[in-house]
Amino acid sequence: MSKPVKEPFLRIVKRDSASVPRKILVRLLAIVFALVLDALFIYFVTGLNPLSVYVVMFQGTFGTATRFSWAVRDLVTLLCIGIALAPAFKMKFWNIGAEGQVLMGALVTALIMVYMGRKVPSAVLFPLMIVSSVAVGAIWGLIPAYFKAKWKTNETLFTLMMNYIATSFVACAVNIMRGQASSLGKLNMGNKIGWFPKFLGQRYNINILVVVILTFAMFFYLKYTKHGYEITVVGESENTARYAGINVSKVIIRTMAISGAICGLCGLLIVCGRDQTISVNTAGGKGFTAIIVAWLAKFNTFTMALIAFLLIFLEKGAGEIASAYGLNDFASSIITGIILFCILGSEFFINFKMIFRTKAKKEGGNE
Amino acid sequence: MSSLIAWIIRAIPFGTIIMYGAMGETVTEKSGNLNLGVPGIMYLGGFAGFASAFFYENNVANPNAFVCILLTLVSGIIASMLGGLIFSFLTITLRANQNVTGLALTTFGMGVANFFGVFILNGSAYSAAPFANSVYIRKIPVLSNLGAVGQTVFGYGFLAYVAIVLAILLHIFLNKTRVGLNLRAVGENPATADAAGINVTMYKYLPTCIGAGVSGIGGLYYVLDYNSGIWATTGQIEALGWLALALVIFTTWRPLNAIWGAYLFGVLYWLYQFLPSLLGFTVASYVTDLIQMVPYLVTIVVLIVTSLRKKKENQPPANLGLAYFREER
Repeated sequence: MSKPVKEPFLRIVKRDSASVPRKILVRLLAIVFALVLDALFIYFVTGLNPLSVYVVMFQGTFGTATRFSWAVRDLVTLLCIGIALAPAFKMKFWNIGAEGQVLMGALVTALIMVYMGRKVPSAVLFPLMIVSSVAVGAIWGLIPAYFKAKWKTNETLFTLMMNYIATSFVACAVNIMRGQASSLGKLNMGNKIGWFPKFLGQRYNINILVVVILTFAMFFYLKYTKHGYEITVVGESENTARYAGINVSKVIIRTMAISGAICGLCGLLIVCGRDQTISVNTAGGKGFTAIIVAWLAKFNTFTMALIAFLLIFLEKGAGEIASAYGLNDFASSIITGIILFCILGSEFFINFKMIFRTKAKKEGGNE
Repeated sequence: MSSLIAWIIRAIPFGTIIMYGAMGETVTEKSGNLNLGVPGIMYLGGFAGFASAFFYENNVANPNAFVCILLTLVSGIIASMLGGLIFSFLTITLRANQNVTGLALTTFGMGVANFFGVFILNGSAYSAAPFANSVYIRKIPVLSNLGAVGQTVFGYGFLAYVAIVLAILLHIFLNKTRVGLNLRAVGENPATADAAGINVTMYKYLPTCIGAGVSGIGGLYYVLDYNSGIWATTGQIEALGWLALALVIFTTWRPLNAIWGAYLFGVLYWLYQFLPSLLGFTVASYVTDLIQMVPYLVTIVVLIVTSLRKKKENQPPANLGLAYFREER
């Protein structure tokens, strides 16, 4: 006496792997959907014509040559942190602490710039700054990694807390360096010691160059080296890695050292090439945004460049809307948030497929 | 003595803010969802509460205290629950990554609150809801006048006491009721819970949304009580949200620990201002910058100690941060 099995109206099945055109199509649809949502938001809140708003938004990045070059400058900062995070996240190590690692790198760079700038020649100063910012960033990444590898201490929350400790150190150092002045201003303003030289007209062009090299290097490292393979295996399954004879603790510690080191280097790039100063906002939340960049790109550094560009484009565009229509910059957070939600949600249609109950099967089930 | 009292009456309201945030997140995490959107949710709750108070007292001739409380609480909770609903839909139904979705929610919530906040500010640096503030900070009439004890124990707005009651109720709910047991089962091992006939989807959705609602009260309390009913564009709520997440770990996922843990965090947070004057010496301002890291340092120590001791009852829910898909094994 077997009861007839009722097939559910909707079943969800995991997809083995989606084809490349499908992946692209789903993501494009997600962005289009998000833009429609954003347009509705813009229309109902401000009553402006969304299309003309989007045109103004486009101007934010492409309006003038200077704007475009600023957009690229900010893009490489974001991309650099994303590159730093990629190996850690691929290993499923939730490094939420990029913000702190960047700050620590920036901090030692600034300290060396100010306190040793006049004592040693530039030929010594720059290598010294590079080595120490990389080392301090790596140490900041190593601390949580060590505890994770030894005792499985939760790294998401550990790295998050490390951000605030770094912020505290920076606040303290800035406080000492500025002395009685109300703000720190540019470091070594008079003699420009420790600033990147102008390269093709702008100091930050060196940042762009460095990040382009890093993009290729990290792509190669993750895809074609033994280390990269070990990271992938540990990320997929720690047990498999252990079974295959991979020293999981060693991989975790090594990968986080690399991740932190690149974040530290990013701190140096920000101080020497972009800001020429330091504050608690030097990382400016980019450490968190970069997580989203790395994750959405599935750790492909070239895709990361595209996503970073999209986010910077939105940020600049929202700034432009703000000044054109007297709104405020926070519109960019809302627009970015909606787009991120849509892209994150769209992953579902790449990883899973939905099977609706078909008529033929239904009849079969009722027999 | 007087600076000790000042310290306590500063620390307890501070603790109350993050206690709400942490209690909400505890419920959420017990269902296996790690919601890093707490700061965004607290922004949503705080802003919705403030906005409703602002419009109510500016459009009604004789605002009524009870209506004001009801209106602000309901709108604050609904707004933050909507934030929780976005998170739930993306992570539970669409199985998006929880960490990334949470961070996006923080960006979004902060953006929404500050964007619409600027409309209310209308050009000024801050705007205030004095009536709502007066309602929220109303003290217990007789008891709060009883000298030092009255000030430190009975001298707070009603939400500070509601938080304590809520913590006790949550403790009973999680540990003594069938529904609470089911909820913990879902967070520990959803596949087993599913096999036992528990509706996993519902047991993830409801706690995540309700938890977001509770966290949102923290934001509301911050704006209408702690911050004297003043809305200004600041990043302060974000830092409080992260601190609430830290508190969840500190309490090892137990609401009762949240009561003293939150006050301890409050004391540690205000350490930089009150300890030097209490001990009768002054410190340079750069030292106070360093002292501000103490709450975070303490959290890290707790994190390390709990992972070292490996006591089963102190661990996070086993399935924390992972999406559940029935057909996956």
